[in-house]
Amino acid sequence: MSLATLTRPWAATSYGFLDASAKRELRRKMLKAIAVPGCQMPYASREVPMARGWGTGGLQVTLTLVNPRSTIKVIDQGADDGVNAASIRRFISRVSGATETWDTLAASIVQSRHRIPEETLREDQVLVLQVPNPEPLRGVEPNMSIARQMHADADYGRLWLTLYEQIVRKGRIMQGAAYPSLVNGRHVMTPSPIPRWDVPKLNMAKHLTFLSAGREKRLHAVPPYTRVEPLVFSDRPYRVEDHAELVCRRSGIAGYFMNEIPQDQGGSVFEVSDSNLGIKAIRQAGGESVEIGATWYEDGEYSA
Amino acid sequence: MSMDMTMVPAALLPPQLMQTPALLTMTGLTRHYGEVRALLDVDVTVYPGEVLGIVGESGSGKSTLLRMMNLEDTPDRGEYRLRLPGREDGNLFALGRYERRMLCAHHIGIVYQNPHLGLLMRHSSSGNVAERLLIAGERSFEVLRSKARDALDASEFPLSRMDARPAELSGGMQQRVQLAKAIALEPALLLLDEPTTGLDVSVQALVLDTLKRLQRDRNITMVLVSHDLGVIRTMADRVLVMRHGAVVEQGLADQVFQDPQHPYTQQLVHAKV
Amino acid sequence: MTLNQHLPLLRVEGLGKTFRMYHLDSMLHAFEGISFDLHAGEFLLLKGRNGAGKSTLLRTLWRSYLPVTGHIWYRSRLGTIDLARAADVDIALLRRQEMGFVTQFLNARPRVAAQDIVAEPLRLAGHPAAEARDQARHWLGEFGVREELWRAYPSTFSGGEQQKVNLARALILPQRLLLLDEPTASLDVRARSALVRRLADLKAGGVAIIGVFHHPGDVTDLIDREIDLTTHPVSSHNELIHVAV
Repeated sequence: MSLATLTRPWAATSYGFLDASAKRELRRKMLKAIAVPGCQMPYASREVPMARGWGTGGLQVTLTLVNPRSTIKVIDQGADDGVNAASIRRFISRVSGATETWDTLAASIVQSRHRIPEETLREDQVLVLQVPNPEPLRGVEPNMSIARQMHADADYGRLWLTLYEQIVRKGRIMQGAAYPSLVNGRHVMTPSPIPRWDVPKLNMAKHLTFLSAGREKRLHAVPPYTRVEPLVFSDRPYRVEDHAELVCRRSGIAGYFMNEIPQDQGGSVFEVSDSNLGIKAIRQAGGESVEIGATWYEDGEYSA
Repeated sequence: MSMDMTMVPAALLPPQLMQTPALLTMTGLTRHYGEVRALLDVDVTVYPGEVLGIVGESGSGKSTLLRMMNLEDTPDRGEYRLRLPGREDGNLFALGRYERRMLCAHHIGIVYQNPHLGLLMRHSSSGNVAERLLIAGERSFEVLRSKARDALDASEFPLSRMDARPAELSGGMQQRVQLAKAIALEPALLLLDEPTTGLDVSVQALVLDTLKRLQRDRNITMVLVSHDLGVIRTMADRVLVMRHGAVVEQGLADQVFQDPQHPYTQQLVHAKV
Repeated sequence: MTLNQHLPLLRVEGLGKTFRMYHLDSMLHAFEGISFDLHAGEFLLLKGRNGAGKSTLLRTLWRSYLPVTGHIWYRSRLGTIDLARAADVDIALLRRQEMGFVTQFLNARPRVAAQDIVAEPLRLAGHPAAEARDQARHWLGEFGVREELWRAYPSTFSGGEQQKVNLARALILPQRLLLLDEPTASLDVRARSALVRRLADLKAGGVAIIGVFHHPGDVTDLIDREIDLTTHPVSSHNELIHVAV
């Protein structure tokens, strides 16, 4: 007697793993999120075969959007071949019949942890970001109800105050990733822990972006052609990481966001974080005809 | 000529010479909390540039009145008007939440007795002042810094400690930070709720001195609530005496203290040394 | 300055003051039936024994006390008004702009220099700070305050020195009506004569003055008229002896 003989093989009870009721609620909340850009919408975060904290929020949004004609790309810190990214991609494909891809240009849905691909996304593409903590005011006001009231009142004085204090005490704004940003001139959101390099990509983008937190059970959205403005003082301009001059040691491309790899002998080498971009560059250099799309950054400068 | 034993002075006439209209007008304020009568048909008028003292014991309604001036509370009945530049006249109690907040942020400053109510203790002193400017939309770091510095300086706060946290400061210094925060946006009205109560006597005198100087230099309109007659005497031009939610007497400060009309006021004045 | 010699600056009619003290359940009649006219440039002396009500009358005119009967018609620059029943803000306005009251007591604010206290009325009236301060120093000198003290804080001065600062401040900006309550009380001879000289100047300039003086002899030459007040018993309603000229 074994488990296999005792049980029936697993079969999906509904398309895309989530049941219709779950998806309906998610669709409604997603539409609501688009209607009020940057405003967090609570939703009943469902159980999925993955632990909380591993991207369940992003997964639920993708499962709601996916259809048999979808092409999905999943990345983790820019890499398609990380264990978690690969598992998620395979799972989505299995429960939906969607096609898997590593190519940003080919994807209709891109689900990502902590990075936005370098190649510009189009109007027909959707970006789904995994968010650990959706509340930009958490450091300022730990009480959720009060924080919610602050958003409702557009009362971001204390958030600005923490930025002011950072400059006073440290000489500069210390916020690295997850830079709080004003969406559509009204709500402040955290853009998820993407590096500062990536935040400008959200501003007036052609594509739709969802940001979803499964453990915290909230999602928000940035519709296409919507302003996303990092909170900065008028006399302390926004600065991205100093990667403009860095060169990827494996593909040779330069001027994109890099992963730093410290060396045993001291110092570091760099590899482009958007790993599929690096792969395409290598194949192109090897003579293959590979299409590399337009990128938000050119020669290390944001130019979109 | 006969002397009527119940003779009282004739009621005062409305203003004839004063051409400037009142800055603050509150009429018919009434507020109950369940059975407790906090305010009963209270009228208040404050003219630009004057200091109105509100004196009374605990339970007199003076703090409730001040909270209403700060739009923290609304009465069961009554209206509140402020004559502000660029604003239409209207009952402020009828304002929505957002407008109320914006009005308070821009036009009303308040100093609380308890600095924990008025200050963010974990942030810097200059940050506390800057927060007001940020709420009003200031986005230049240098301007925030210099305006915070000016406000703290005007409050006679030592600039060498402008980035210290209020939690690290003495009571008198904390009140100065509150004051700086309250005047940073140059509000039309400054409210003070027992601003020196609880401070050491010598510190009290210094803080009051700062208040007086500030009031004179900037011609700020103030409403000062205190149970301490000495404080009211030092600061106020006119005085309102409150008891059990009602105004029992009002008049010029020197007149109320030297020639109190109402038995309660007489009791209050004569009880103090 | 042209003076209207015909209309009085101040007309007091039937003025009376009674204090009602609830805790003692009694009344104190201070004075009654006071009537007089005062023109610009006239000096009225209030006389009487201690407790006769001289100070009380002054304070009633100043509105520190509320009169119970009568009128105090005052011809201000802004119009004629009955000070007895005028609104508080009107009184406050007049006190700032047209009327002065000089007592024995200086309101010494901590950490304000003597010269700044004295200069303040000029500054509030719009005079430039430097000029105001020069004037202040002149008057402090006139009243005999030692130069070392001009930058010091009067809260630390002796009673006499404080009084000099008080006078210098009270008299620096000519008012239309000036009330003086025992201004010479703690003054030395030099300061007293400086005061008298200043009052003479003000009077010549058209200031109407009502005063109670410890040494009326000092101001004999300035007096135009006198009123003699006497106390009357609390319960008696008869024979109020007033000589109103």
